[in-house]
Amino acid sequence: MTTDHITAELDINDNEQLRYIAAQAVDARVNVELETEGMTLNIGPQHPATHGTLRIVAKLDGEQVIKAEPIMGYMHRGYEKLTEVRTYPQVTTLVNRIDWVGSFANEVPFILAAEDLMEVEAPPRAQWIRTALFEMGRIANIMLFLGDMAVQLGGVTAVFYAFRDREFVLNQIESVTGGRFHPNFNRIGGIKDDLPAGWIAETKSVMQKVRDFCDEMEDLVVGNEIFQLRCRGVGVIPAEVGKAYGLSGANLRASGVDWDLRRDGDSRLAWKDLDWKVWTHPDGDSFARYWVRLQETREATYMVEQILDGLPTGPIMAKVPRIIKVPAGESYVQTENPLGVMGYYVISKGELTPFRVKIRTASFSNMSIAPWLLEGVYVPDIATILASLYFILGDIDR
Amino acid sequence: MSADTAEETQEAVETDPVREAIAKAFADHLGEGFIESEIIPGRDLWIRVDRSAWVEAARFAADRLGMTWLDFISAIDWLPSPFGRDMEAEQDWVVHGRDEKPVGEQETGTAGGDSRFQMMLRVYSIGEHQGVTIKADVPDDDLSIPSLLEIFVGANWHEREVWEMFGIDIVGHPDLRALYLPSGFEGNPMRKDYPLVARRVKPWPGIVDVEGMPDDGADDAEKTPVAESEAIES
Repeated sequence: MTTDHITAELDINDNEQLRYIAAQAVDARVNVELETEGMTLNIGPQHPATHGTLRIVAKLDGEQVIKAEPIMGYMHRGYEKLTEVRTYPQVTTLVNRIDWVGSFANEVPFILAAEDLMEVEAPPRAQWIRTALFEMGRIANIMLFLGDMAVQLGGVTAVFYAFRDREFVLNQIESVTGGRFHPNFNRIGGIKDDLPAGWIAETKSVMQKVRDFCDEMEDLVVGNEIFQLRCRGVGVIPAEVGKAYGLSGANLRASGVDWDLRRDGDSRLAWKDLDWKVWTHPDGDSFARYWVRLQETREATYMVEQILDGLPTGPIMAKVPRIIKVPAGESYVQTENPLGVMGYYVISKGELTPFRVKIRTASFSNMSIAPWLLEGVYVPDIATILASLYFILGDIDR
Repeated sequence: MSADTAEETQEAVETDPVREAIAKAFADHLGEGFIESEIIPGRDLWIRVDRSAWVEAARFAADRLGMTWLDFISAIDWLPSPFGRDMEAEQDWVVHGRDEKPVGEQETGTAGGDSRFQMMLRVYSIGEHQGVTIKADVPDDDLSIPSLLEIFVGANWHEREVWEMFGIDIVGHPDLRALYLPSGFEGNPMRKDYPLVARRVKPWPGIVDVEGMPDDGADDAEKTPVAESEAIES
């Protein structure tokens, strides 16, 4: 049997196959006019795309989503209520657990709000170390996204690289703070400890590793044709709609809004002393959101290096009373966290505990656009869109 | 201490023309609906409006001042907690055999207030990098507030949260049901008179550590990082 013979046979089969497909398509066109029945698809609460326990109830018409609704509360821990019975230093332990993969960044806005009310300012060295750890928290957080988004779309390899290289960053955070995930390192008026010896050089080499990882993702994921087909034009968010839903962070920057609180806010952290760039993308689709986050991670590594080079000397704690009583008043501080804008509205009555803390989390607002965004998409795109919005469930439910 | 006072007076002298102009724009536009404004120069701006002007204030901020980014909508319960909330909390003192601590007067915060419940809306202008907190009193005998959905589509979840946590009715909200709490949950957890059960059945563990501590901490102050930083400064 020659190979020519086989090819010829295949050709015949292919033609038959094509005729069969064409006939099917004609049938399908007829079927469209027939009555179809809707179906309800329950996604979660346990699903890899949900980063925790988010449940989505989607009403489907064939492969299309008519209506999708996220159902939250599986992880609601009532932090706003709990802060009312914790002293200010104890609150940082709680808020560490809001966005649990970028924990350090959760503490900072709360501590800044309390410092505002106490009219205390942390010394420059403390602010710079805070900024460095803040950005490293961002890197650790977004690296997870960079791998995870690919895994949602069926590319399993990327997530292993992400977990492997993220560990280096977490090790660096751990060697300063003692905690891989929950540093609890900020104090009102400064930070707990100074940097350990040799940390700066090690961190710089880790930042180089992160940049290598970013290049790898650029080839492996961004340059991947399947990835692009699955992401381009999927889940497009117009800038104005995004603003009305309160979207923030990379989700809004991927819609072409040039806004980053690190540059535009009035925070006292060291961002304004650094040379860096805010990345935006005009498309507003899932691909743009991935691309912007990838660039931000790389940008953050340069920021960390600049901080380490320019680290001022001096004390790491300001003068604060032994027992912290925050004077009466109200303060709202928000920062550009890995997931988007996070803010704490702290109301104090001059006692040891806050009177009320309103926690504005990024994922809550980022997720609130999901019902609008998922309407009319096809079922496989649900995973793409949810993954590209990038939420952490603790950050939605608080 | 003297350095702090000098800083305070310096801050008090500072003015904030941008935020003053925003406050004035609100006052001019809302007329009688505008009640009060408060500015901390260089930091923040608060506006308090009448409930009838709640929607109009949001519309004005979004349409005329470019504050189209919805930060959050929430509420405050100004009732002093009947359970005590600081370290001398009644609950803990009673557990440790002391007398009950009297509950203080109700006080409201920045930009004032007349009622127990107050709504809060925070909007921000991405173009101008300016934000404002708009507050509105909710009368005790009629706990309701108009919905802001027609201005901010994103108000949906925020208002549902306010409804379930504070029990403030959102008039005009099409889909008012629990966001976080399981169905059949009774009560509004964020109200100050809603007991935090875990806190009531068990004294706060923190109090044990704190009680024995000297007030000024002069003895072991040298071991603290505070003292170290003082030493470096002086």
